[in-house]
Amino acid sequence: MSKKEKLNKAKVYVRLKEGVLDPQGTTINRALEDMGYKGIEEVRSGRFFEISFYSASKKEALKLVTSISDKLLANPVIEDFKVEISK
Amino acid sequence: MKFGVIIFPGSNCDYDAYQMVKSVIKEEVEFLWHQEKELKDCDCLILPGGFSYGDYLRTGAIARFAPIMKEVYNFAENGGLVIGICNGFQILLETNLLPGAMLRNSSLRFVCKYVYVRVEENTPFTNTCQKSQVLKIPVAHTDGNYYISEEGLKELKDNNQIVFRYCNPQGEIDPNYNPNGALDNIAGICNLKRNVLGMMPHPERCGEKILGSEDGRYIFESIINFVKGKVN
Repeated sequence: MSKKEKLNKAKVYVRLKEGVLDPQGTTINRALEDMGYKGIEEVRSGRFFEISFYSASKKEALKLVTSISDKLLANPVIEDFKVEISK
Repeated sequence: MKFGVIIFPGSNCDYDAYQMVKSVIKEEVEFLWHQEKELKDCDCLILPGGFSYGDYLRTGAIARFAPIMKEVYNFAENGGLVIGICNGFQILLETNLLPGAMLRNSSLRFVCKYVYVRVEENTPFTNTCQKSQVLKIPVAHTDGNYYISEEGLKELKDNNQIVFRYCNPQGEIDPNYNPNGALDNIAGICNLKRNVLGMMPHPERCGEKILGSEDGRYIFESIINFVKGKVN
């Protein structure tokens, strides 16, 4: 780690692609109906990660976390992901 | 010939596969630890069922990066026979040796029961079966709901890669006999070169009559036939 590198935090949201069946979301939706909640159109489930790491710039940080998300956190066949970098 | 059974942390069908080969089919078999980088001259690799790495993140997602998987990938790319059963199938999907992905079962339940599958293709893993033969083999999984894009499914069909489909006892493809919601009742697929097979049902669990079915033997006997050059 060089002196220039700063601690960054990333948030990664992983969710099933639109059009991919989400059995968990569907079941949660059904439960909400049973509980009496009205007007719920759809529930989609997903996963959320927080990653702390050192990098020299925001651009570098985004590149790193995008690579991590693409290779491991999400499966591109069925899932999309979104990365947010904050200090 | 020699089979190799790969053990990941959390594999739990490794001994079933080992005993199937050793005691029922009576061929040579060896365990391969996930940290190893040497395949010990095995002719066919078995990625067994279980819950590798606790199914954390996604089924098979962590196992895919185990040290031995680089060797498995190269072995498969060079035409070596690889069979992934249940969690092993999920690992092969994550490794991109097979196309598609697994979703949670449509019931959201762990399904553990005997099912029927129809043999759709002649492959190194099914050459002792007749076309459209119905096999009775058990499943045991939570994530067996096979998914692939529309274009992907078309490719699988065009290239005759769908090896097993869930069916009723008469061999008719019937959504009521689909245990997990898998697209097109898909229970097993192979790669383009037909040397890599992934299947959700467990052939290693049904090699003896006392267990309710002997149909699992067909898969292992086909592999032996192929390796010993009795069929092409």
